[in-house]
Amino acid sequence: MFEVTTSLIEWFADPINWQGPNGIPTRVLEHIYYSVLAIVLAVAIAQPVGILIGHTGRGGALAINLTNAARAVPTFGVILLTFLVAGIGLAPVLVALVVLAIPSMVTNTYAGFRAVDRDVRDSAVGMGMTGWQVIRRVEIPVAMPLIMAGVRISAVQIVATATFAAVVSLGGLGRYIIDGLAQQDLPEVLAGAILVAALSLLTELGLSRLQRVVVSSGLQEESEEASMETRLEGTTG
Amino acid sequence: MIFDWAWVADNLGDIWAALAEHIVLTVIPIGLGFLMAFPMALASIRWPGLYSPLLGVAGILFSIPTLALFVVMIPFTGLSKATAIVPLTLYTLLILLRNTVEGLKGVPVHVREAAEAMGYTRTRQLFRIELPLAVPVIVAGLRIATVNTIAYVAITALIGQGGLGNLFMDGFLRQFPTPLIVGLVLSVTLAVTADLGLLGVQRVLTPWQRDPG
Repeated sequence: MFEVTTSLIEWFADPINWQGPNGIPTRVLEHIYYSVLAIVLAVAIAQPVGILIGHTGRGGALAINLTNAARAVPTFGVILLTFLVAGIGLAPVLVALVVLAIPSMVTNTYAGFRAVDRDVRDSAVGMGMTGWQVIRRVEIPVAMPLIMAGVRISAVQIVATATFAAVVSLGGLGRYIIDGLAQQDLPEVLAGAILVAALSLLTELGLSRLQRVVVSSGLQEESEEASMETRLEGTTG
Repeated sequence: MIFDWAWVADNLGDIWAALAEHIVLTVIPIGLGFLMAFPMALASIRWPGLYSPLLGVAGILFSIPTLALFVVMIPFTGLSKATAIVPLTLYTLLILLRNTVEGLKGVPVHVREAAEAMGYTRTRQLFRIELPLAVPVIVAGLRIATVNTIAYVAITALIGQGGLGNLFMDGFLRQFPTPLIVGLVLSVTLAVTADLGLLGVQRVLTPWQRDPG
């Protein structure tokens, strides 16, 4: 174990690992690039759906069931299969990552909307707000703790799972793990694992901070609870 | 031709072996995880100060990417089964601990007081009253943990284990979708079956909940 630690430190200290196409900065940026693309796409698809079924209350049961079923699908297998069907490229990986992320976002946004107090909604309507105004000025702010919790759990999942991009010949931090395993280079494998873990932790911390900023100060306590709840619903890669 | 039935017919033995390994790699971590989480939950009830730190540690473990945690085990356990089982077990702890504690805490105070008034000792009260009433929440935790674990097991194909994950890798490496599709379908079927099976166990354990309405 001591030897491994030493060689791991040596790996991180080696200037070779900090430059060029296989250097840590490049790999980290690639990893962030895949993840951000997937998160943005997932938000763009999932949030309108979540808002729609949350606001109308229709299709909720279907959405929850789909989410539960989606948890049973191994993302790892989906990435490999989309690769076989679509070939090398970012698209198959993105598809798999987005599909992975959508369910927790939809269910959380839906749950957030459903949890909005009926009286609050009714008084908004009573004040003459249109449906769209109710969504924008009442439901979204009140549902924000859960909406953000969904985004956070999905983002962390995506960062963790983007590791598998390396299995299908792309870059990112998974490269170190996959190449290290192939070459029986344990320090490289461990370095990759540590970097991925660090990046997902940073994602979690960064988005928790963002959550504190975008959630109204009156709802902070609920926001904390929502984080704990949703965390359990997600799966990492 | 994306799906080759002949391959399935020729490889039934291997497919069955992969499925059996997948089940073993799921059942052991769930069993071990429950054996660890249960005393932790009882301790958390007895000494409430323990709950937050235990949950915190389990939460940190849960947020480590799966492949990373498998790989970090290699210096300790090589490419053995333990390299798969230890992380899979650790991943179950957060869900099992939390649901067991919440389930036990959810027992209404008046029920507890009635049991005490009837002369139940603390231990008997736990096993005869509180645990049975907590079964739905505990089983809900077991269901989530089991479905998650079934999905994670496939990843261990990258570190020489894998169950159905070996079918994924086989199809992937030979650019031959059939094994991959078989693996995916069996993996999802296994997860759904386990989920429904556990729901059935819950029904059997909580006959008083079966009345409609």
